[in-house]
Amino acid sequence: MLGLDADRLRADLNRLLAFLFHQGILDEQYLQLQQLQDESSPNFVSEVVNIYFHESEKLLRNLRSLLMDREFSDYDKMGIHLNQFIGSSSSIGAKRVRNVCVAFRAASDQNNRAGCLRALELLEHEYCILKNKLHELFQIEQQRLLAAGVRYPMLN
Amino acid sequence: MRVERIINETNDEFPIGIRVLAVDDDPTCLLLLETLLRRCKYNVTTTNQAITALKLLRQNKFDLVICDVHMPDMDGFKLLELVGLEMDLPVIMLSANGDTNVVMKGITHGACDYLLKPVRIEELNNIWQHVVRRKRFERKDRYNSNSQAKLRADSGEAVGMGSIGNNGKLKKKRKDQDEDEERDENGHNNNEDPSIRKKPRVVWSAELHSKFVAAVNQLGMKNATPKKILELMNVEKLTTQNKFRLYLKRISCAANQQVNIAAAVRMRSPNGLGNFHTLAGSNHLHNAAFRSFPPRGVLGRLNTDAGLLIRGLPFPGTIRSGHGQSSVNSGNDQSKLQSFVSGIHNANILQGLPMSLELDQVQTNNGVSHIGELPIADSTTVFPVSSSLIDATITGFSGNPLLGVTSHSLMLEASSQQAGNSRDIVPAIGFRNGNTLSDFAPLAPASNRESNADLQCEPIPINCNAGELITSAPQEWNSPYQSNVTPCSMNSSIPVSGTMVQFGLCLDQNNSMDSDSIGPSSFIDNSAMEQSIIDKEGYLMLEPWEQGSHIPYNIGLLEDLWELQ
Repeated sequence: MLGLDADRLRADLNRLLAFLFHQGILDEQYLQLQQLQDESSPNFVSEVVNIYFHESEKLLRNLRSLLMDREFSDYDKMGIHLNQFIGSSSSIGAKRVRNVCVAFRAASDQNNRAGCLRALELLEHEYCILKNKLHELFQIEQQRLLAAGVRYPMLN
Repeated sequence: MRVERIINETNDEFPIGIRVLAVDDDPTCLLLLETLLRRCKYNVTTTNQAITALKLLRQNKFDLVICDVHMPDMDGFKLLELVGLEMDLPVIMLSANGDTNVVMKGITHGACDYLLKPVRIEELNNIWQHVVRRKRFERKDRYNSNSQAKLRADSGEAVGMGSIGNNGKLKKKRKDQDEDEERDENGHNNNEDPSIRKKPRVVWSAELHSKFVAAVNQLGMKNATPKKILELMNVEKLTTQNKFRLYLKRISCAANQQVNIAAAVRMRSPNGLGNFHTLAGSNHLHNAAFRSFPPRGVLGRLNTDAGLLIRGLPFPGTIRSGHGQSSVNSGNDQSKLQSFVSGIHNANILQGLPMSLELDQVQTNNGVSHIGELPIADSTTVFPVSSSLIDATITGFSGNPLLGVTSHSLMLEASSQQAGNSRDIVPAIGFRNGNTLSDFAPLAPASNRESNADLQCEPIPINCNAGELITSAPQEWNSPYQSNVTPCSMNSSIPVSGTMVQFGLCLDQNNSMDSDSIGPSSFIDNSAMEQSIIDKEGYLMLEPWEQGSHIPYNIGLLEDLWELQ
């Protein structure tokens, strides 16, 4: 019966992935990450994604503090932060987050503070969605591994 | 070959194990990059600081550096310059920002490539080519500098003018901010010498073409620059510098051959029949046209010149009688001479200035002796003859890509006027590019009958070839001339990039041609792979064609455009 759980969890995993792709939250780059995970780097995906979360939250904090500053005028600095955010988001396949960053960067290039604020709100929102979904994905993956792992001792 | 020796010394399983230094302040990307590079079996060292990177580079030996453009402690471009100066390693820039001006900045600062994030493993699989190329060019540069002095000594006035003008235009037209550009500009004349001696024949075979297609597919629409395509193709003698310049030279060599022949024949006909004035007049016009204008102006002038030439076409008959009068060619077959004449016609049409210049030189150099060499027992001897002429006079035209440009543009003009027998042109092209000599023979009888038609028909095969070339052309050159390609049989023996570049640039003038009727059909002739290239080429964004296979990709492109807004 535990073995069946593994299969069920795998199905859940695939369904969630399909949903995320369909919604545009993730794209093919995420699959590339999965392909890089193998015996030599068994936790590669979760490693990279955790680093991404860590860095992204730093970036979001920086962006917010920049925009909250009343005398804010350093759009170049904001552009640099956004550049990094775009790069890392596209590297892990976070498509929607990346798109919002691109729009954010465009507003920043035009020194459009109001536009930047709106973009920041949207960015934080999208980032939360992404983080929740990826956590869910990892949880299912972990459960699946556990379920699959438990099977073998039982057979012995 | 020295490069292979170097490779064997470092690693027998090249490119496995090449030492790459990856520099990126973003830890997400750095980890991903490291893993990708390890997957490609490279020897990877990473750092997130540029200063540390420089330290590592000074202490250890590396083959290649990949670094991000935006870094906190030092500008990526500055690091790029320093690495280039101190260690002369190939550096690949990496960035999420793909704006043209940023990419251009990277290339002008000396980056040998510019990758966009997210980096794909396919791109990283090929970066080792930069290592090989760097070593090859070091070797070639030494060879070039040796022959440079010799060529410079031979240079005449026309050479200087033509070469300088053409090299400048080459640089502009190619939009190739290649770091070796200066070296190549100097080496442009230099490469002439080896190419004349060796007459390298890089045939644009199906194999090369499929490689090209694969390379473009790999690079994708955004990155399909000629340089990258060439890197991926990794064909011997195909490099951004060599390919284009060697082809250009080959074309100009072949063009010069034709010029020489034309001049020599002209020599005879005026002597025999006094048609010299007509020819001289047209030569003069060619001269003026060629001297004073970039391809655009020349194109217009050459059109008028073509008219003159057509008037002067009672040439074959003239030549024949001149031939009869000339004791030198007594042994010649009429048909051979006709084929010769058609070649001359090609030369007349296609090379205005060089021909006139050649005429001057031939005259001073005792044209009779040249003519003596001209007797062509069969079409195959045309080449040796012209090569001997070329040796004497090639320097006048060797570095003259404009030659190829004007000729191609003129050919295009003519072809647009009428759809001619593509067979006629194939020999001309083959001739020019030192290819299938046997093709020349069939041309002879046909061209003799329809000398006027020849002039107009001749360009078409070149168009075909250009069309074939165009379809495989790098992205930035496609849009101007895509629409001008006429469908025709493909001549796989025609070299690609050099002619393409010039041709495409000339085709800028011919935008009035109906793209719908001409463009798509040229692709129909090509394989499906080429169509996929077309799909991925950037020009689709600029000139979206209503081809079924392209439409979905257009939508994708539009989406990408939107995303970048």
